Amino acid sequence: MTDQALSNHIKLPEGNLHKQTTTMNLGPTHPATHGVFQNILELDGETIVNSEQTVGYIHRAFEKLAERRPLYQITPLTDRLNYCSSPINNMGWHLTCEKLLGLTIPKRVDYLRVIIMELARISDHLICNSIVGVDTGAFTGFLYVMQYRELIYEIYEEVCGSRLTTNIGRIGGFERNFNDIAFQKLEKFLKEFPGVWQEFENLFNRNRIFMERTQGGGPISAEKALNYGMTGPNLRASGVDYDVRVATPYCSYEDFDFEIPVGTTGDNYDRFMVRNGEIWQSLRIIEQAYQKVQEFKGAAADVFHADAPAYYLPEKKDVYTKMEALIYHFKIIMGETEIPKGEVYQAVEGGNGELGFYLISDGGRTPYRLHFRRPCFIYYQAYAEITKGSMLSDAIVTLSSLNLIAGEMDA
Amino acid sequence: MALTNERIQEKLVEKFGDQLTGWDTQFGMLSFIAPKESNLKILQHLWDDEELGFKFLTDICAVHYPEKEGAEIAVVYHLHNLSDNVRLRFKVFAPVAAPDVYTATSIYASANWMERETYDFYGVNFVGHPDLRRILNVDEMDYFPLRKEFPLEDQTRVDKDDEMFGRGGSYN
Repeated sequence: MTDQALSNHIKLPEGNLHKQTTTMNLGPTHPATHGVFQNILELDGETIVNSEQTVGYIHRAFEKLAERRPLYQITPLTDRLNYCSSPINNMGWHLTCEKLLGLTIPKRVDYLRVIIMELARISDHLICNSIVGVDTGAFTGFLYVMQYRELIYEIYEEVCGSRLTTNIGRIGGFERNFNDIAFQKLEKFLKEFPGVWQEFENLFNRNRIFMERTQGGGPISAEKALNYGMTGPNLRASGVDYDVRVATPYCSYEDFDFEIPVGTTGDNYDRFMVRNGEIWQSLRIIEQAYQKVQEFKGAAADVFHADAPAYYLPEKKDVYTKMEALIYHFKIIMGETEIPKGEVYQAVEGGNGELGFYLISDGGRTPYRLHFRRPCFIYYQAYAEITKGSMLSDAIVTLSSLNLIAGEMDA
Repeated sequence: MALTNERIQEKLVEKFGDQLTGWDTQFGMLSFIAPKESNLKILQHLWDDEELGFKFLTDICAVHYPEKEGAEIAVVYHLHNLSDNVRLRFKVFAPVAAPDVYTATSIYASANWMERETYDFYGVNFVGHPDLRRILNVDEMDYFPLRKEFPLEDQTRVDKDDEMFGRGGSYN
């Protein structure tokens, strides 16, 4: 072979011929990773010796985009963070704005928001847990519960018109009142879903194969989990009962009676069980909230937004007939409303943990700086450590039980 | 007794004196400004002190203030005391010409990627970071995109013929 021909070959890294381990790319688009994740694994047989995570494949520069948008146009950006539970992100953003603007939100709006957020939490955990099932070889549960996520999406559809990336609610409340069909659909969901979820749990919780597959996989101690910045179900699976809904209640969560399920070892099984527990708690919260919503009668039942004319779009018929409404309409749509100066940090309990919004306003029409504290991005760092020494197939289960969402990670 | 903002401020002033400035409790969250050399000392003290016990790092991010000459880049730390449920925020300022700030990775494992992200977007050089590389942007990128000298496109511009997206062209 000539030198020329040799130089056309891909150069191997030094020591490559003698090394005893195999380098393997898991992802970026491997079907088992359920999203755009790349893990460069160093494998000894099937055991992971070392791994490196590459993130950022779907980075969309939301923080930069947000610096040029009026507040209401940032809501659709937040949809695309954790797209399994976009309503929670939307509400988190509205709460951030409302805190900065100093708006008081009527109780009924709070309760409606709680209903929507808890539905979102259920749909988030439902996906995560059924995917854990798929990755351990049980496909049935996934297909079965997916029908019931559909019911949740139909409720969103009734409220805001869209399903996955919802852009639900507005600063100050909701874009429209919940109609009767929405409540009927909610009732249908509350009636049908518990039985289904019970059946799902019967298939998994005490299933010998499932338990042996998930117990002891990807464990993390409470101390480590905190040090790695874990929050949400993953932290609670390690035994720390930190939940933003209880620690710093927002949206009148203090009015509800619910428990925080915690685990002990922080392994895949515990994470699965904590999410199962949270689904039941979410159902409890929704039932209470629905009851509270029904207590509003007459004019009080028509309240679906705060009285904040400068930030909440006026009714269309007023825009056509009243000068003031027309002005506000124009100013809001064109993004010509100055937002007060200030720095605010607002956290909500997202599907994956503490979803934080750090908003700096310099008194202009758009945020001066907006930073999303994305729980996924922060706790994914722990993945390398907790999968070290485990089998490749268990690392896949760990990946899905951490509920990593590429959209949230890469922002 | 629950830890209050006043108590935290008192304890920090006792330890660091007038190094810490810009005390504020906007929206109930205690915040202050610290000299960039003492960020690690403050983080360590907040961790070690039994009464303070800020052991959870919520977030690290940066902000660019082009008009603050010599202190253009602010690195913002959000900390949380989980047992008393108190949050605090502090900023350190560094010049954009040499934005060197000590890394917090020795205290918090979670600081690793947060600092990489901050480096990626603002070019903050975290001194002592084990693996300071870009994380979300491509490795070849040679600028720091979230700095204010890179404005997003002006949405009112009309010189661009962009009919497909409804701006300029025959839509005006």
